Amino acid sequence: MSAQVIEAQDLTKRYNGVPVVKGITFSVAQGEIFGLLGPNGAGKTTTILMMLGLTEISDGQVRVLGYDPVREPLQVKRRVGYLPDAVGFYDSLTAAENLRYTGRLIGLDAGECDEKIRSALDHVGLHDVTDRRVATFSRGMRQRLGIAEILLKDAQIAILDEPTSGLDPQATIELLEIIRNLKQRDVTVLLSSHLLDRVQSVCDRVALFSQGNIVLLGSVDELGRQVLGGTFNLDVEAEGSGLDARLKAIPGVTDVETFGPNRWRLKTDRDVRSETAATVMGAGGKLLRLAVEVPSLEMIYTRYFRDEELGGRDAA
Amino acid sequence: MQREGSPWRGLGVVTGKELADHLSSVRILVIELLVVITGFVIVLVSLQQIRNVTAEDPFLLLRVFTRSGEQLSFVFVLTLLVPLVAIGLGFDLVNSEHNQRTLSRILSQPIYRDALLFGKFLAGLATIAISLTAMWMVVLGLALYQLGVPPSGEEIARAALMLVVTIAYAGVWLALAMLCSVVFRSAATAALTALGVWLFISILWPLLSGHLVNVFVPLQAGSPDELLSGLATRQAVMRLSPGALFGEIVSVLLDPSVRSTQQSQLAAMGLALVEPGSIPGAPLPLLQSVLIVWPQIVTLIASTIVLFVIGYVVFQRQEVRA
Repeated sequence: MSAQVIEAQDLTKRYNGVPVVKGITFSVAQGEIFGLLGPNGAGKTTTILMMLGLTEISDGQVRVLGYDPVREPLQVKRRVGYLPDAVGFYDSLTAAENLRYTGRLIGLDAGECDEKIRSALDHVGLHDVTDRRVATFSRGMRQRLGIAEILLKDAQIAILDEPTSGLDPQATIELLEIIRNLKQRDVTVLLSSHLLDRVQSVCDRVALFSQGNIVLLGSVDELGRQVLGGTFNLDVEAEGSGLDARLKAIPGVTDVETFGPNRWRLKTDRDVRSETAATVMGAGGKLLRLAVEVPSLEMIYTRYFRDEELGGRDAA
Repeated sequence: MQREGSPWRGLGVVTGKELADHLSSVRILVIELLVVITGFVIVLVSLQQIRNVTAEDPFLLLRVFTRSGEQLSFVFVLTLLVPLVAIGLGFDLVNSEHNQRTLSRILSQPIYRDALLFGKFLAGLATIAISLTAMWMVVLGLALYQLGVPPSGEEIARAALMLVVTIAYAGVWLALAMLCSVVFRSAATAALTALGVWLFISILWPLLSGHLVNVFVPLQAGSPDELLSGLATRQAVMRLSPGALFGEIVSVLLDPSVRSTQQSQLAAMGLALVEPGSIPGAPLPLLQSVLIVWPQIVTLIASTIVLFVIGYVVFQRQEVRA
């Protein structure tokens, strides 16, 4: 599980001397879902294209499954599936014909190809539109067809560029489910997105991009601790007397804010839900609500950049 | 740094797919119908004339291609229409992949860009070759049927060579159209540019070049040598147009009595080229005819290669992202 399938070292891309990816270093382990997150124009797509050998690398190097995409792009592209941002298919061909073309480019023989196409289309839920022209497909269907293409390829790594952008919520949920299934097939998934919340739910680890740099790297929890200072917010709603003082006394609680009668927000350095419940019960109170606020990527992201800005201003 | 793997990988697949696209597309059907019908009509008219005029001609069949019926010869129509077909096929070969957003997906399959570009060119050329061959057969068949004279082996050989040269001529325009489709993202811009070049080179240049040369090197009726060198200059300028090259090649190939590419120009001035020791009007052997226009044939093929290579270099350096 721990073998590194993608290793980037000081990867740099300059367009006409202007750096758009500035020496990033990261690695992706076999079987994980890795998110490249950041605003548009932060260098995510360029990084992906460099990994596939579709654009030249200005400096540094990257190994994908042990191959160098600059010198051995065919080896890399044989093993890596790529779903581009707003993927396109030949409108005049049917879904199956589009996949058959890909299959032949990969080098599958005809019988094997048709079988795989059927199972891939089944898997992404497009089996009933197999022989319909792609021109009639919605955005979500095209994205799913793109994933079917990756399945057809038996890719070891799936690289998905903005897979959920432009999809309605239902289609997004379905697509994320398909992405989770990829992981179960032991496919390493690398996905890029500027929609943080959507991605948070599927990613094992994320890299936050900003202006060509990776500014944060790790699991969402780790990043939360790192950026938010390891505090959890616990919202408590309970009826009972003298709860104020008792809540403050719970070990691990650093601060208590009172929002109103019977409503508090506890700042804690660990998860103290059970202790809180026990405390309220112990005081003979009635627990109405107990909610822990999980750190969201959105929060981490905005907090990080606000801190950066403040830090910058302080330094100046 | 050397890349690994064959640039030809996937070439057959790309060619097959593109060929299938071409053969099933409505646009190509329309263009080809236009060409076939025009060719058909012109051949019928010229056949009528040949039957009336020529009683005994050893190369009767070849006259079908060159004899003008109502001012237009079959060859002249080919000179104008073949570029149109090639441009029609080629102007959106590459930019349509950009516009349909299929380019990055296809290039992420294990093939090099070389295979994609070359496959598209081959498929386009094959499409043109198929339709030209079909048309050539229709014309020959019609001629045999109407004239009722069995053709000699040499006539068939000369007609076949003309077919090959026509395909090479189409190659130049296909390569030009493809270059436009690589350079311009918008299919409309690419089509207009290619058509503009076609209009200029095929129609304006033959009109302009004579006047241009007259301004700098006036043609005087002096000694034969002066006259010939003056003609050579005009011809050299004319030859910047592939249409002029094609015309020269075909006029020599299809008429065994033509011994020089300057003959028709001299004839227009009421002069004739008589080499010492030759019998005027006697037919040349096929090989000699080919030798006369060999440089022109090579030039046609070379310009195809040059245009393709420019497109190739631009395409290799292009970013795939939309």
